[in-house]
Amino acid sequence: MGEWMTVIGLEVHAEMETASKMFSRCPVVDSVEAAPNSAVDALSLGMPGTLPVINRQAMEFGIMVGLALNCEIPPINQFARKNYFYPDLPKGYQISQYDRPLAIHGHIMIEVDGEPKRIRVRRAHMEEDTGKLTHSMGGSLVDYNRAGVPLLEIVSEPDLYSAAEAEAYARKLRSILRYLGVNSGDMSKGVLRFEANVSVKHKDDADLRERTEIKNLNSIRNMVKAIDYEVARQIRLYRRGETVKPATLGWDEAAQAIQVQRYKERADEYRYFPEPDLPVVEVSRAWVEQIKSKLPALPDELQRHFVDELGLSAYDAGVLTAEKAVAQYFMALVGSGIDAKVAANWLTTEVFRLMNAAEIERDAIGSIPLSAQRFASLLALVQAGTINQSTARKQVLPEMWTSGKDARQIVDERGLAQVSDAALIGDIVEAVLADNDELVARYLAGNDKVINALFGRIMGALRGKGDPAVVRRALTEKLAEMA
Amino acid sequence: MADLTRLTISDALQKMQSGEISALDLCQAHLQQIDRHDSAIRAFIKVTPEIALEQARAADNARANGDERPLLGIPIALKDVLSTQGIETTCGSRILQGYVPLFDATAVARLKEAGAVLLGKLNMDEFAMGSSTENSGYFPTRNPWNSEHVPGGSSGGSAAAVAANMVMASLGSDTGGSIRQPASFCGISALKPSYGRVSRYGLIAYGSSFDQTGPFARSVEDVARVMAVIAGHDPLDSTSMPAPVPDYLTEMQGELRGLKIGLPAEYFAEGLQPEVERAVRAAADQLQSLGAEVREVSLAHAEYCLPAYYIIAMAEASANLARFDGVRFGARVEGSDLIDSYKKTRGAGFGEEAKRRIMLGTYTLSAGYYDAYYGKAQAVRTLIRRDFDALFAQVDALLAPVAPTTAFRFGEVMDDPLRMILADVLTISANLAGLCGLSLPCGFDEAGLPIGLQLLGAPFDEARMLRIGCAYQEATDWHLRKPALT
Repeated sequence: MGEWMTVIGLEVHAEMETASKMFSRCPVVDSVEAAPNSAVDALSLGMPGTLPVINRQAMEFGIMVGLALNCEIPPINQFARKNYFYPDLPKGYQISQYDRPLAIHGHIMIEVDGEPKRIRVRRAHMEEDTGKLTHSMGGSLVDYNRAGVPLLEIVSEPDLYSAAEAEAYARKLRSILRYLGVNSGDMSKGVLRFEANVSVKHKDDADLRERTEIKNLNSIRNMVKAIDYEVARQIRLYRRGETVKPATLGWDEAAQAIQVQRYKERADEYRYFPEPDLPVVEVSRAWVEQIKSKLPALPDELQRHFVDELGLSAYDAGVLTAEKAVAQYFMALVGSGIDAKVAANWLTTEVFRLMNAAEIERDAIGSIPLSAQRFASLLALVQAGTINQSTARKQVLPEMWTSGKDARQIVDERGLAQVSDAALIGDIVEAVLADNDELVARYLAGNDKVINALFGRIMGALRGKGDPAVVRRALTEKLAEMA
Repeated sequence: MADLTRLTISDALQKMQSGEISALDLCQAHLQQIDRHDSAIRAFIKVTPEIALEQARAADNARANGDERPLLGIPIALKDVLSTQGIETTCGSRILQGYVPLFDATAVARLKEAGAVLLGKLNMDEFAMGSSTENSGYFPTRNPWNSEHVPGGSSGGSAAAVAANMVMASLGSDTGGSIRQPASFCGISALKPSYGRVSRYGLIAYGSSFDQTGPFARSVEDVARVMAVIAGHDPLDSTSMPAPVPDYLTEMQGELRGLKIGLPAEYFAEGLQPEVERAVRAAADQLQSLGAEVREVSLAHAEYCLPAYYIIAMAEASANLARFDGVRFGARVEGSDLIDSYKKTRGAGFGEEAKRRIMLGTYTLSAGYYDAYYGKAQAVRTLIRRDFDALFAQVDALLAPVAPTTAFRFGEVMDDPLRMILADVLTISANLAGLCGLSLPCGFDEAGLPIGLQLLGAPFDEARMLRIGCAYQEATDWHLRKPALT
């Protein structure tokens, strides 16, 4: 597709996980778990006479995100009414922000194939979420639990030139929201929702062609599939001499295909005007500074720290900081005195392998059967030479995972402590060499590689528990004596 | 026993305190008055005698135990724009038929806490849109002074109920004159508080940046008594003012010497009924004789008030009325699909005026028109505010007629929406600028219909308007005249 360029902008809706809703004291609940309409009040239902009151915590979360996305926070932002009719919108208008958003002109860094790229964030504004409609045979049901939940809409500039870049941006943004603790990132619950605006440009074109908007993307994986599908569709249409009509599209997961939800014959008409029920929001510089001072370390910062201070590779540091929970797990290991490189190596290979096998997402590392503390105690045994790496990996770790027992207990019960006694090892080396005179002869004839086979047999005789360094030293010495 | 329906609130409180009468007596006398006269006047959409009698008994018990809350046992009623927990609230509209709020409006809750006794819900122009109460979705209310004339609007029921002695005080709402004009048409006293002085929580919104709840009563002093209860900051209304509320009952005492009162030339312009002008100018003379200094002033942008008001108010109304879609509350008419249900529900539920304002507001907010209409109107609003700021740097209050004419006849203006709107021309500026405005009777025309004046004050200067009004009523007896009810 070399003659075609893809251009993508992402609109991200992130619920701010506050205790109460954006404009009332009504509690925010898990919209998947809670019984429908169990967390509603007069305001969430749009009852006449109710008035909105701004949730300061939600504004603070919004400002935190704005700062984390390197945005300017204008000294004044303002709510506006966005007017349209739909049963999930109780008042017939959504309180949102229009020409005076909470945050503007930001950017984040992404990396695709090792290439860093700066993606501009156009704006982030606060609004209230809508209710949720369920269509069934008998009609449509509406659940207002979600109506009025604080929602931050983050709009990127059209700086994303491939599905891979869109994915990297989406993952980075999700990671930042999770680091800030303002959003769980759980797309299956709809607390984080992506919409992709996709258009293409022929190499001879001066401007972008028609844009379509893909909604209903319930995972980043589906977003990538949908973008690839849509880009291919648009190029195919243009190649056939047809046109792309501006439309709202949906990703149909079952069909693995794009479905047109509606064609946009003209620009949406929302009749925005300033919300008369709310004063403008003044954001003092002191407030911004206070919020800034409370910002936790963010992934980019942490990644630099891991590389510069702990000596990790950029790749490992990237893997370890992608998820806040993983970074925390890793830092707990290092905090327990485990060498950073050892900790990174064990975590990204052994622990991730166990998690993959159990189909546990990385972000759930905080609740795996192996707490950072227990895992650190295993690594400490290796570091101290009490057991060797192989025993730790093949025998102790799996049992810790399944039984929940401590490393020390498993080592004691199963007698797995490493054998470092030079005299004992020396005897076994002699015995093994005696039993394998053919291998010894080949070694002595100049085939150095045979030493590994001999080493393996000695370790086997030690039931894997031999201290590899002591064994190797004893073996080399004996063979030298025989030469 | 004296006619209990002619007492002022202070008299009634005193008589209850001394044991001369009970709250139950007072309540029953007013319920009787409703029984006798409301079938002709039709001020009430709903009378709530059970609630009233129960609250009156409770008030008597409380008083026996030493309770002296400021409105304990005082019979009142509420414009049906105010939400009442457990009592149907229709806003004068068919579309809200059957809607029972889950909560009390803050002003209502404060009246209840002060011990007031609720006699019912009062008629109004649908969604407070109108100046005659002819736009009620249910029935028109008649002017107690002459049943062929309108009581004014949109709070026509609130004014008529007080004028006909069916309640001692009532609450109404004023978006463009809806408290002051019916008070003027019905010959009683009423206050439109400054924007932000009384909580709007529970007041069903028409024009959110204009709406204010305020009291009607038989005298300025009684208005102050009710105002003292309902005024003040409400955390549920972000546009309500956090500033402390002055003690109106104390601050309204005192003389007028040194006060400067302005007569805005633009408010005495062409089209004013001569008797109205004469009465208001006579009131100005009266105030001068009481020590105030009266002078002519000018409001530079007066002619732009009406268009600016109607553009902004209708834009706000078009959004405020969007929630009446039949999905969650009120009346619903099923259609073949969602859009059809919306159309049928709103088509059947809203009256002509509501529909007209929704359409106008929708139009002025539309892409391509916003700047020319809404944007310009907001700019004009700012200029008008500045005009008033400048005026109130020179004078303490403005004195003007409330309406160009006395109460008109039924049907006389109804078929001409523009003329109906012009009835508000003198009241609207106060809402645009967030001023307070006290309306009080100052005479009668040849047909025997009341004439009203308004005292406009700077935002949050209610106490001073009440003081001028109080002094005026001590020197005159217009407010003591009562209609002869048949």
